[in-house]
Amino acid sequence: MNDKIYLYPVWVRLWHLFNALLFLVLIFSGLSLQYSGVPATLIPFKYAVSVHSISGIVLTVNYIFYLFGNYFTSNGRYYKCPLHGMFNRIAKQFRYYSYGIFKNEAPPFPVTADRKFNPLQKLSYVIVMYLFMPLLIISGVALLFPDYIPTQIFSRSGIHLTDLIHISAGFILSMFMVVHIYLCTIGKTTTSNFKSMINGWH
Amino acid sequence: MLACMLVLAGMHLFPKNGNPDTVEHSPANSKCFKCHGRPTYTFYNKILGRNVTKRQNPYLMVDSVLFYESNHKSLECPDCHSYKYNHFPHNSELQLEPMPVCLDCHEGDDNYNFETINKEYQESVHAIRHKDAFSCFMCHDPHTYKINVRSDENIDKTIVYDNNICLSCHANFNKYQLISSKRNPNIIKQHDWLPNQIAHFAHVRCIECHTQTTNKTLVAHKVLPKEKAVKKCVECHSQNSILMASLYKFQAKEKRNKYGFFNAAILNNDSYVIGANRNLYLNYLSWVIFGLILLFIVIHAVLRILTK
Ligand code: HEC
Ligand code: HEC
Ligand code: HEC
Ligand code: HEC
Ligand code: HEC
Ligand code: HEC
Ligand code: HEC
Ligand code: HEM
Repeated sequence: MNDKIYLYPVWVRLWHLFNALLFLVLIFSGLSLQYSGVPATLIPFKYAVSVHSISGIVLTVNYIFYLFGNYFTSNGRYYKCPLHGMFNRIAKQFRYYSYGIFKNEAPPFPVTADRKFNPLQKLSYVIVMYLFMPLLIISGVALLFPDYIPTQIFSRSGIHLTDLIHISAGFILSMFMVVHIYLCTIGKTTTSNFKSMINGWH
Repeated sequence: MLACMLVLAGMHLFPKNGNPDTVEHSPANSKCFKCHGRPTYTFYNKILGRNVTKRQNPYLMVDSVLFYESNHKSLECPDCHSYKYNHFPHNSELQLEPMPVCLDCHEGDDNYNFETINKEYQESVHAIRHKDAFSCFMCHDPHTYKINVRSDENIDKTIVYDNNICLSCHANFNKYQLISSKRNPNIIKQHDWLPNQIAHFAHVRCIECHTQTTNKTLVAHKVLPKEKAVKKCVECHSQNSILMASLYKFQAKEKRNKYGFFNAAILNNDSYVIGANRNLYLNYLSWVIFGLILLFIVIHAVLRILTK
């Protein structure tokens, strides 16, 4: 198997492992906060508050670690999205997912040492990691210190607005996660991507 | 007592809620304020044959500004105190005179229902444990009490006002000692279990957790023993938040606002209580989106397997 490429350095795998685990914890504790009065509440409110706050803080640290990693190692280059021709590339990948895959066509953007992500992956990772994660984290940190949130923003409750941003970002990321996990089953075999994410070799 | 009856008659003759700014500063009050409204007082000393100025005891001072903003601004000092106080030096026997109680003047007021409040108060820990030392005036300063709860704006101000009533003893050793020789427990430490204590004490009143609410009174007066205080977070942080039956009772008429947020009265106060203010429509929407995504995934996966 000498055609294997080492794509996921240890730090990416560690970051990703913690990220995924923390996300699951945050989703469960977050749901417990939202649906606190519902009898089948997942975690009692009191613990949900602590669990959610603590794992949120750890996730933030982990995210900063990821930013540093992408900045100081070459892993960051995989996230560069040249705008020129982007639409066509994404359309091509989209056509593959919605049509070509059923015809057993070859993927239009196979993984190489210089191209870890296909255009759709790239775009979604960039949006998720550089737009929604910061939104989620900033609004989350603000909610940890509610006294500093302006009481009114555009004549609505500041905390309420912050909370809506937080919940929406959390929801969008959770939906991303579901789709993300599913798309990860589209590899050489159903489980090959997951194995890559564990041992680093593609 | 006679004074009370006269006042009571006055209450019925002259409907209340007149323009508050036009309260006449009664000349009878001015006489008392001359000595009780400022840090020093002056009187003619018969023996020395001249005027003498002395310092007033701060505990005996009555703030005239607050008095004329209070519920009882239209009363005169002798309505509650003996007219004999007009004489100085006051007769020391006057100290023994019993003071009127709220019900003396407020019996049969349908608007406030003092009788029920009185009954609730009689069942409170304060009345049960310290029957004689405690009275309504301990919480309702006779000279400054101003009704806060019946206003549509600024609930935060009401919260501060009401909490200061409790803290005037529970965070003040001197006043606490008027009633009990017990050591005054440290409020902050006693509520260690409550996270974000500053946020909580600024957005919630002591009585939310420490009284039993009923639908007969706007402000519940039955302060329960500490074992029965609210400790469960979801009592407030949930769709059926108890806040709607206490703090937001006056404002809370609707369970949901037209945009689908639960317990909208809380949001109107620029407050937001996790768990209590979720949005029905956003909740539905999120479940629908989640469902659709799952559906697409299942279809995609099935097609993949079939076309393999
Ligand atoms: C010339 C100044 C002066 C005037 C006028 C005056 N007081 Fe006093 N008052 C005092 C002083 C000094 C004390 C504290 C010494 C004492 O108790 O006699 C006092 C004490 C009191 C007390 C507390 C008694 C206690 O329980 O210890 C009351 C109540 C009181 N005054 C009510 C009034 C009322 C009501 C008026 C108006 C009708 C009034 N005073 C007018 C100077 C005055
Ligand atoms: C609604 C009835 C009421 C009115 C009106 C009233 N007082 Fe009082 N006052 C009381 C009561 C009750 C106390 C005793 C409070 C206590 O023992 O805690 C008191 C106590 C006092 C004291 C003693 C201070 C203390 O805390 O023990 C002074 C001085 C006093 N009043 C002055 C006045 C003056 C001056 C006025 C008029 C501007 C006035 N009061 C109007 C009910 C009233
Ligand atoms: C001496 C008689 C008297 C006593 C004692 C008295 N009040 Fe009053 N109270 C009045 C009068 C008279 C008014 C009406 C004043 C006005 O409308 O300007 C009033 C007004 C009020 C109001 C406001 C009503 C409104 O709609 O504006 C409240 C609340 C109130 N009193 C509570 C109390 C409480 C609580 C006590 C006991 C701690 C008490 N009062 C003791 C005579 C009394
Ligand atoms: C332990 C403290 C405490 C005691 C004792 C107490 N109250 Fe109150 N009461 C409060 C507080 C706090 C409020 C809310 C005040 C506000 O923000 O307007 C209140 C409000 C009221 C109101 C206005 C309620 C309304 O519907 O707007 C009345 C009337 C009243 N009290 C009467 C009494 C009477 C009568 C007694 C004695 C039998 C009494 N209170 C004893 C704390 C107390
Ligand atoms: C005049 C002073 C005073 C005021 C005002 C006051 N308290 Fe108290 N409170 C006491 C004292 C003294 C005790 C101790 C009773 C005992 O155990 O002997 C007490 C006891 C209590 C307890 C019972 C603790 C236990 O051991 O079970 C609670 C709860 C409480 N207060 C809550 C409140 C609240 C809420 C308010 C405001 C609405 C308030 N108090 C206002 C003096 C006060
Ligand atoms: C979120 C609900 C909540 C709020 C708000 C709250 N308390 Fe408490 N409080 C409790 C509970 C629960 C206990 C019993 C704690 C325990 O037993 O460990 C308690 C205990 C107490 C005690 C008894 C302390 C002792 O050990 O004797 C006092 C007094 C008291 N609170 C006063 C206050 C005062 C005053 C305020 C307002 C500044 C307040 N509380 C606000 C829930 C609350
Ligand atoms: C008496 C009602 C009440 C109880 C009981 C209560 N809370 Fe709260 N809580 C509130 C209110 C009101 C706010 C403030 C909302 C705001 O800032 O506008 C709040 C705010 C909070 C916040 C800060 C939210 C933010 O905006 O960041 C946290 C965390 C919290 N509560 C957790 C808890 C936990 C954990 C418990 C149980 C141990 C609890 N609460 C019990 C009423 C309550
Ligand atoms: C919301 C939480 C998650 C986020 C934000 C996220 C994000 C990412 C990102 C950015 C990458 C590329 C990493 C790189 O090489 O630079 C990646 C890869 C991967 N993730 Fe996730 N992930 C999440 C949850 C999960 C979960 C729960 C699983 C599996 C159970 C998973 C499985 C994988 C796999 C197998 C890969 C490698 C395939 C690929 O590069 O696309 N992820 N993830």
